[in-house]
Amino acid sequence: MKLSTYNFLTSMAIKGVKVGFPLKLTISKKEVVESEFNPTFVERILPKLDWSAVYGAAQVAELTDDIPAVQPENIGENELLMQKLHHLLFEIDVLEGQLECPETGRVFPITDGIPNMLLNEDEV
Amino acid sequence: MANWRKFILWFAQEHVDFRVQEFESLVKMFGLQVRLLTEQTMKPFWVVEFRDTDTALQYASRSISLRAMFELYAHSNKLPEFHQRLRNHITANWNTLVEYFRVESSFKIVVETYNKHFSQREKVEKIESMDYLPIEGPVNLKNPQVEWWYIEFWGLNPTAVPAEPEDIMFGRLVAYGQRHLIKELSLKQRKFIGNTSMDAQLSLLMANQAMVRKGDLVFDPFVGSGSLLVSAAKWGGYVLGADIDYMMVHARCRPSRITQKVREKDESIRANLKQYGCADRYMDVVVADFSNPVWDPRISFDSIITDPPYGIREAMEKVEKKISLKANTRSDNMVHYPSTSHYSLQSLYGDLLVFAAKHLKLAGRLVCWLPFHSEDYDPKMLPQHQNLILIANSEQQLTGKTARRLLTYEKCSEYSPTEPFLGSTTQLPTLSQDFRDRYFNNALESRKERRVRKAEVRKQAQVEMNARGKIPSDGRSKKRDLNKARFV
Repeated sequence: MKLSTYNFLTSMAIKGVKVGFPLKLTISKKEVVESEFNPTFVERILPKLDWSAVYGAAQVAELTDDIPAVQPENIGENELLMQKLHHLLFEIDVLEGQLECPETGRVFPITDGIPNMLLNEDEV
Repeated sequence: MANWRKFILWFAQEHVDFRVQEFESLVKMFGLQVRLLTEQTMKPFWVVEFRDTDTALQYASRSISLRAMFELYAHSNKLPEFHQRLRNHITANWNTLVEYFRVESSFKIVVETYNKHFSQREKVEKIESMDYLPIEGPVNLKNPQVEWWYIEFWGLNPTAVPAEPEDIMFGRLVAYGQRHLIKELSLKQRKFIGNTSMDAQLSLLMANQAMVRKGDLVFDPFVGSGSLLVSAAKWGGYVLGADIDYMMVHARCRPSRITQKVREKDESIRANLKQYGCADRYMDVVVADFSNPVWDPRISFDSIITDPPYGIREAMEKVEKKISLKANTRSDNMVHYPSTSHYSLQSLYGDLLVFAAKHLKLAGRLVCWLPFHSEDYDPKMLPQHQNLILIANSEQQLTGKTARRLLTYEKCSEYSPTEPFLGSTTQLPTLSQDFRDRYFNNALESRKERRVRKAEVRKQAQVEMNARGKIPSDGRSKKRDLNKARFV
């Protein structure tokens, strides 16, 4: 799972959960998959991101030196930050780990890089 | 500066219904200025006027239906008139055409006739009838610099070939379409395929319908083996998928190839994209149930391309809602597969349209298939939503009685959760609701009859086998071993 996907996943499907965001991320195994830097794509996805979850992901991935806690203005003009965002959001692949619902504590496992967001019969 | 030019478009006579819609989608996607001069769009040859040559080339750079495109020199339905027009065209446009007729440019003339066969000798005669062409260059059949095509169209009906050709055309080859991709992305060579993988041609057509552009974010909520992501990524889209089937998404399900006993360890949707050089645009796949929301409302897709399960080869499932009176005996470290229940076509399409209305960008497209029984097709049965307009709708025959339609919707207004839902999931008539039921139970031969018949055939074969003295193999234990091997 890439950290860009993490920014959009919620646990709101659980009965009684209203927001279900941000999920608490734990990484036990990750890998870096290099991919081509596409500044237009990063720029397009930027306004849709939730910055607190971007920073949260950076903390878990131990990249807080690269990512500021508060969203700076005019990121599009800051080429270096854009590249670091690209690295954080699209190049780090969480292979094993888990996502935890902030409201109920329900855990969604990540195996082989694929998060399992399925709920059980008594949770929907 | 506009420099309108006429072109001949030569289409593959396959998925004819999809050709016009692909053409319209590409015209819209590139914002092309074009005039269609052929009325009969069933014909494999169209005459089309593009604003300039670059515009025409843009179209050819994406079209899957297009075989090749020619700059039109002359067109008529009578031979003498055709020759006269060809002469006139060359004289009138000599300044621009002269470069193709120079001594140093090698050439080749191809004769293409549709619906009538001609011997090589007759074809040469046709070429020689144009001996007035002021060609000075040498013939080069293998690698010519200029290729001229002489085309005769003899109608579409092979049992009633007309006495005279309906169209006689002559033009210079400008570009080929993208049909080479059909072979390049063929399922035969693909790393990971499933039972319902969409063939390369249709998935490329779907991505064209969705107007996938470089840098788009494309989503497939019923991703399966990711065949629709492959074509979207090939056109430059960043792809994201979801599916309820854990074994499928992890590529651990039963292999679909008859020659393959176990799935290879490295099979995955990502491996497919890597195979075609699109690994950079693989975002993620997620195991999720479409009937329950997983995605934050912030996410917005440029297009949603999907082939939902029809319940024939792949079950329509969602997580079942069940409240058990028994105490929960599951422990945290135990893997649990939730039981699933039937997800009716009606509610599935209802959910799909609402999801698209919520998560598409404005003017973004939803492209999906809808299965139905041919006899009860009624345009009114197509699902509708107030925020989506139906752009295109074309049919593909599946079996004798069933067909599916490729539906293209475009988001025309913002979704608002306070506004009451006026769309009509209820407009799907009850008939297509039980598509699966009718498919299996209303066939000419019922499932039971077929089973009995097959069992009899098998019994007969066994008797014959014994008579020949061949030892029967134990199919059941073989199957069991196979299943075991999949989980090693």
